[in-house]
Amino acid sequence: MKIRLDNVVKEFQTFRAVHGVSLDIESGELVALLGPSGSGKTTILRMVAGLEYADGGAIYFGEENATDIPVRERGVGFVFQHYALFPHMTVGENIAFGMKVSKVRRSPEAITRRVAELLDLVQLGGLKDRFPGQISGGQRQRVALARALAVDPRVLLLDEPFGALDANVRRDLRRWLRKIHDELGITTLFVTHDQEEALDLADRVVILNKGKIVQEGTPEAVCRNPADAFVMNFLGDANRLDADIRGGKAYVGDVAFEAGGVADGSGQILFRPADVTWREDGHGIAARIVRVIDRPDSRRVLALTGSGQPVEFDTAPEFPHRKGEAGFLDIRRPRAYSAA
Amino acid sequence: MRRRVLPGLPLALGITLVYVAIIVVLPLAALVFKAASLGPEDYWRIVSSDRAVASYRVTVLCALAATAFNLVFGLSLAWVLVRYRFPGRRLVDALVDLPFALPTAVAGIALTTLFATNGWFGGPLSLLGIKVAYTPLGIMVAMSFTSIPFIVRTVQPVLEELDPALEEAGQTLGASDLSIFTGVILPLLAPALLAGVSLSFARSLGEFGAIIFIAGNQPFSTEITALLAFIRLEEYDYPASAAIASVMLLTAFVMLAVTNLMQARALRYTARG
Repeated sequence: MKIRLDNVVKEFQTFRAVHGVSLDIESGELVALLGPSGSGKTTILRMVAGLEYADGGAIYFGEENATDIPVRERGVGFVFQHYALFPHMTVGENIAFGMKVSKVRRSPEAITRRVAELLDLVQLGGLKDRFPGQISGGQRQRVALARALAVDPRVLLLDEPFGALDANVRRDLRRWLRKIHDELGITTLFVTHDQEEALDLADRVVILNKGKIVQEGTPEAVCRNPADAFVMNFLGDANRLDADIRGGKAYVGDVAFEAGGVADGSGQILFRPADVTWREDGHGIAARIVRVIDRPDSRRVLALTGSGQPVEFDTAPEFPHRKGEAGFLDIRRPRAYSAA
Repeated sequence: MRRRVLPGLPLALGITLVYVAIIVVLPLAALVFKAASLGPEDYWRIVSSDRAVASYRVTVLCALAATAFNLVFGLSLAWVLVRYRFPGRRLVDALVDLPFALPTAVAGIALTTLFATNGWFGGPLSLLGIKVAYTPLGIMVAMSFTSIPFIVRTVQPVLEELDPALEEAGQTLGASDLSIFTGVILPLLAPALLAGVSLSFARSLGEFGAIIFIAGNQPFSTEITALLAFIRLEEYDYPASAAIASVMLLTAFVMLAVTNLMQARALRYTARG
């Protein structure tokens, strides 16, 4: 099922408002809504589900205008951040709930069969008679997914699906969710504030800030071409240096960087810690090492430029230099933007 | 004994046991001893006399009716107080405790004045042919009034803790409001409701002050068991009074045991393992 958001607006007295978001999600696509807290991503998801009414704009499911269809008739599967499993029902009963209350009559045998199928799908065969309080967080999340899938939803919506889990469990579940999505081919939209999760899992990433879409595209596109400094910063560690933009070049001191398409005036360059090489002499931005931090697979160096701006960069574990040494920063792939 | 981090166990336990022994167990034991001073035949004659049996019937039936009323009304009251924000909510919330604070005799006199055939409520009701004061209906009104806080105050905190996402999950799964209420909310409130109901029922069985003013106290029709025990007391027939009171005591024990079992059953999903 294709989903289309057309200039959707949501007003709140406080934060989390959504200001005119338009978005197309192709049938069978797995899309991530990525943004910091307060960026409106959960509100958008809840509007698609029908748990929140839009104050303006329209939401289409296929060709049908779904804006005013109540949540229980919208046919969405929703996985809540804290699972929202019914604590007084067993795992099996939780999964069966949607089928039991459905207007579509199913025989008890059909329900039992479907529950067993779904338990297999989420690899929880032996836990049918446990209560949610008796299983782990990762298992609860999988039960929540099975319960959402039980009613054959047209779209699957997940709100911070792995937010409450340990890092290891998270990585496993991510790969597993991608596999399930590829098997079922169901249109899926999920919300996360974790850029790694979004890049790892999604076909397409939609980055939100302050209730607006700032960039959307494949993980490759948003990583290689961040639309602005916010996206660059949000997607990963970034260093920032003040620059003067003149005639398509960004000048940091007397070092020039490519800055095609950026308006003249005060600006900034951003670059990743991995894109810096330390030179003892030659060209580059003069800097002094302030601290060296050791990591299992690298050394991170903290340095101050001649004008007193901090820069962090990663080097090989064999990096021989120490605190106090002076040298030059050779920056690759810098991105220039106008000053914020 | 294992070393503990929390101090004061012997002192706290000592105080608790002394308190329970002196304030709770001793009077009850005295009651049982007094009743036991009767021979078995005398005891049975007193507790199974027609007048006593009629008083049990009135007390238990009225308490059941009052509790059933409070179950519905108390649950709605708690629901409204938790789920909606409206002007005067805090005032209503405070008013719920009033029956606890009001001397029950004052409540009884006020209710009698209101529900007497010339009172504000009793007048219009008598035109409809409904008589409240000096009938079992009056007993029910007095019982409901004094015991409703128990239900509201036990359900309210549980309702406040209920995750709204559970209801939203029910909605996304296509459940109607009724299915969500009966399938999700009610089972989760059941332990609290049971606790509230048992307290409300126990209080109704034991209520005295509010009822004697409104009941009319006619033996065989509007005489409650607590009053009968009091009448025997006034006649200096202490053993008979104790015998009747012992029946109430036993009823209260059995009822609390049963509700405890039911509660454990309703809460079995919280067991780990």
